[in-house]
Amino acid sequence: MELWYTEEHTPSVRFSIKVKKQLFGGKSPFQQIDVFDSDEFGRFFTLDGLMMVTEKDEFIYHDMIVHVPMATNTGIKRVLVIGGGDGGTVRELTRYKTIEKIDMVDIDEMVVKVCRELLPFTSRKLGDPRVTLYFEDGLKFVRTVEESYDLIIVDSTDPFGPGEGLFTREFYGNCFRALSAEGILVNQHENPYYESYSASMKRAHRRIEEFFPICRVYQAHIPTYPSGHWLFGFASKKFDPIADLDAAAWNGLGLETKYYNTDIHVGSFMLPNYVKSALEIK
Amino acid sequence: MKKDYKLAQEQAPLYEALAEYRSSRVVPFDVPGHKQGRGTPELTKFLGRECLSVDVNSMKPLDNLSHPTSVIKEAEALAADAFGADDAFLIIGGTTAAVQAMIMSVCKGGDSIIIPRNVHKSAINALILCGISPIYVDPGIHPRLGISLGMCAEDVEAAIAAHPEAKAVFVNNPTYYGICAELKRIVEAAHRAGMAALVDEAHGTHFYFGEGLPLTAMEAGADMSAVSMHKTGGSLTQSSLLLMKRGLLSPDYVRTIINLTQTTSASYLLMSSLDIARKALATEGLSTFQRVISLAEYARGEINKIGGYYAFSREITDGKYIYDFDVTKLSVNTLETGLAGVEVYDLLRDDYGIQIEFGDMGNMLAIVSVGDNHYAIERLVASLSEIKRLHGGRGRLGLLDHEYIPPVVRMTPQQAFYAPSSPLPIEETKGRISAEFVMCYPPGIPILAPGEEVTPEALDYILYAKEKGSLVMGPRDMELKKLYIVK
Repeated sequence: MELWYTEEHTPSVRFSIKVKKQLFGGKSPFQQIDVFDSDEFGRFFTLDGLMMVTEKDEFIYHDMIVHVPMATNTGIKRVLVIGGGDGGTVRELTRYKTIEKIDMVDIDEMVVKVCRELLPFTSRKLGDPRVTLYFEDGLKFVRTVEESYDLIIVDSTDPFGPGEGLFTREFYGNCFRALSAEGILVNQHENPYYESYSASMKRAHRRIEEFFPICRVYQAHIPTYPSGHWLFGFASKKFDPIADLDAAAWNGLGLETKYYNTDIHVGSFMLPNYVKSALEIK
Repeated sequence: MKKDYKLAQEQAPLYEALAEYRSSRVVPFDVPGHKQGRGTPELTKFLGRECLSVDVNSMKPLDNLSHPTSVIKEAEALAADAFGADDAFLIIGGTTAAVQAMIMSVCKGGDSIIIPRNVHKSAINALILCGISPIYVDPGIHPRLGISLGMCAEDVEAAIAAHPEAKAVFVNNPTYYGICAELKRIVEAAHRAGMAALVDEAHGTHFYFGEGLPLTAMEAGADMSAVSMHKTGGSLTQSSLLLMKRGLLSPDYVRTIINLTQTTSASYLLMSSLDIARKALATEGLSTFQRVISLAEYARGEINKIGGYYAFSREITDGKYIYDFDVTKLSVNTLETGLAGVEVYDLLRDDYGIQIEFGDMGNMLAIVSVGDNHYAIERLVASLSEIKRLHGGRGRLGLLDHEYIPPVVRMTPQQAFYAPSSPLPIEETKGRISAEFVMCYPPGIPILAPGEEVTPEALDYILYAKEKGSLVMGPRDMELKKLYIVK
């Protein structure tokens, strides 16, 4: 018998991975959580049937969502991660000795519990003493938090269901309020290729532009995400991701990375024409 | 506590008969002409084949709304049982049709009826249709919030004593903003005087199924009630129920009155939605409204923490004009934020993609109901907090001073409506009889209704409200430079 995991990237496009074994399947109050093991991608974890993280390619996403802002401002001390229950984003952040405080807010405690048990490769740093976990709605957290962060990373699911509030104007406005004068906001920006995703991408980008003076988009190639071409939003009150990149300082830290380097940092902001035109970038 | 029903509420006979019809693959040589959607591909694609396939006309297995003998009769019996009524009628012309059927069932031309001044247009239109005279009761206006309230029982008793000839007392319960009157005392006073007690419960369907919510009309012993199932009960827009208790009224006569104006091609989409919504309310309503109440209470708490906004609740009750409050209504006073309710309403829609029910000068109203979830509530609260941060802080907005202006009824609304009339500059109308409605928001009370004298107080208020930029509605001349006056 063959067991295959299939995600519908669009109603007429499917992506499948042959599954060795299902390691977990359960329903939290918020979503369906599944963990599988496979030959090609190792362990992988899905929410409501949508791919979140695979053992084999998670490094690309987590490198790019963390090191791009960290290399832009090496002075970042206080970080908020919204979503990111698998722990991969926090794992990369904990590699910076200069970071003093990492707050992570995920609406779903069960996700974190399952990932801690079955996905140690991403979750192993969630116990770092600088990390505080909050299990509540991200939108509510940024609305009520009194802290002033240097970096907010929105590591969310797609904008339907639990992630919906994290693509809204009220969310970005509240993030702006919760950031210091040097603050940076990075968020996963969906893919530009398939129409249903690119519509959310365009909307999110427009809304962020209303609040932040510096607003850029960068990209990475992630094999298991729809279309394989993924965008990230970089918004900031002060720092420009290219002009303010201190490549020597970051390289001096001696962090070993599998995807990120300071060349790709600059290159990732160079976008294909169809993406530029969708985002109305000249 | 689970409610005790006489009938098996998990049944839905009308819905089941339609499902049976669909699976029987009948060849239709009757109306509607779209023939289960086959003739109208664009419409069918938009609304769905499942939907079009049950948009059918009366036929033997599906009964007939104007003379129900089978599945509609059963659906109505189940609805009556669910709501604690003796009889229930499926209404497909909106709650307007239910309100008009109530009034027309107890009054005829030349009769009079005691009604609150802030009554819905549907009731006044029934008076115009039938030639019934209104006896208005001042519903009271909240001095800080600027909203009109519920009738005080003492005032109703006084109106009954002064007008023993009135045929009925009509109550709005709850109001749009969730204000409830002392329903039981009003119903008892009406019955002591031999009058019928009619209740417009358009905004109170959920009272029948939730716990800890205000008293329902049927519990209070009212003769009839119009419940807008589509508003908070989960049925399709335009579907409603008319409930009644036997005693003063016979169900056959009420059916005859309903049939006077009801379509003979009643929509099965609307009727089946009533049947399915009733089943859900009776079987799951208790837990549904527990959730709705907790969402509304949560939102109220969070909105009040933002500061500036005042999401009011039971604390405003005064035992008179505000006897009780519907806690599922998320009514928010916005004046302290420096923004008018209608400004917040517009910002929510234009900037945040959130559509709320209503905004007036000082307040906004969000409906929380069966379809809401936690995510939507968080978005509403976060948006309100952003609106205050980005747009608020201009200092407290003032309200219009509005005193109740006692109407001087010189003709019935019907006489004035049909009388020859001509437009006159508004300043020259003093002492004349208005042929039109003049409503001001706030407080959402008519200043003039057809047949009423333009008193100096009414004229002063209209000019004042116009100058203050209050929303004035009703007259044919939108700018209200002229008012139609009975010749």
